[in-house]
Amino acid sequence: MTRAAVVLLALLVLATPAAASAPEPKTDLKTVEEQVMCVVCRTPLSVAGGPQAAAERDLINGLIAQGKDEDQIKDALVAEYGERVLALPDDEGFNLAVYLVPIAVVVAALALVAVALPRWRRRARTDPAAAAGPELSAEDARRLDEDMRRYDD
Amino acid sequence: MRRLVVPGLISLLAVALVGLLVFGVLQTTDDSSLKDAIANKEKPTAHDATLPQLDGGATRRLADYRGGVVVVNFFASWCAPCDDEAPILARLQRRLARTHDGTVIGVAVDDASEDTRAFVASHGLTFPILRDVDRSLANGYKVTGLPETYVIDARGRIVAGQAGVITQRWIDANVAPLLDGGVRPASQ
Repeated sequence: MTRAAVVLLALLVLATPAAASAPEPKTDLKTVEEQVMCVVCRTPLSVAGGPQAAAERDLINGLIAQGKDEDQIKDALVAEYGERVLALPDDEGFNLAVYLVPIAVVVAALALVAVALPRWRRRARTDPAAAAGPELSAEDARRLDEDMRRYDD
Repeated sequence: MRRLVVPGLISLLAVALVGLLVFGVLQTTDDSSLKDAIANKEKPTAHDATLPQLDGGATRRLADYRGGVVVVNFFASWCAPCDDEAPILARLQRRLARTHDGTVIGVAVDDASEDTRAFVASHGLTFPILRDVDRSLANGYKVTGLPETYVIDARGRIVAGQAGVITQRWIDANVAPLLDGGVRPASQ
């Protein structure tokens, strides 16, 4: 029993430095996969299959095991596969369009609403008949009344 | 005049968005003009780019190898057909080196450098390997899949191209005629 305890203790002592030297993972594959692309299939790595995607995942897993954080892993991926590997490119040059176009579209839509809405409301106030829509013909009014009665019954 | 401002702005925005969309589509549309030119025996001038070497040496251009036949092979370690044709390229390189007729250039595309090194070592490849990280060379050759191989003559003109795996017969038909002494099919 004592001998077994000594062996166990020795194993623990030997194992501790190895465990301590293994770096603590700072991120996980899923988190990185959502931020990078499969450069061959041109889809996010999280939904990509195929041999290139598998090789990319192997590389990411290796970097995670080395204790690299997200930014360090993305830098390493860019060094290996180029800027195309990033799901969201750097905000430089033409890549700025990725960030500016959605903002421009939202601003334009808001501006359109800001300009058009008061105009519609003004028109509705000055011409209630127009706001209510065109007059129903006698025939349409009769059919509508019939439908409404049927619905009430 | 004021009534035209809003429709005008909307039209301008729509045109800008459509322009952006067209640009994006053109960027991803396959261009077969180079392949057509090669097929028509027009011998287009080979596109060139400055690329780093796999072994970390100085950057290289294809023009650095001009004067002999240059066989440019776009490949990646994860590409199974590249595995199949690697022995053919290794054999071709041994022959070109022996006769000083030119060289094979391997261009690793979409491949991590460690994986490329393992691939090169496993096949015993001795020809120069360049890394095309930003696809600056591959895009010039309109590479859409791997492997792709191009034969460039001593004057820097593309005389043959193959999208997909090459065979010894293809080498005999497209490389051997350019070598000193004319047609000399490679022996095993």
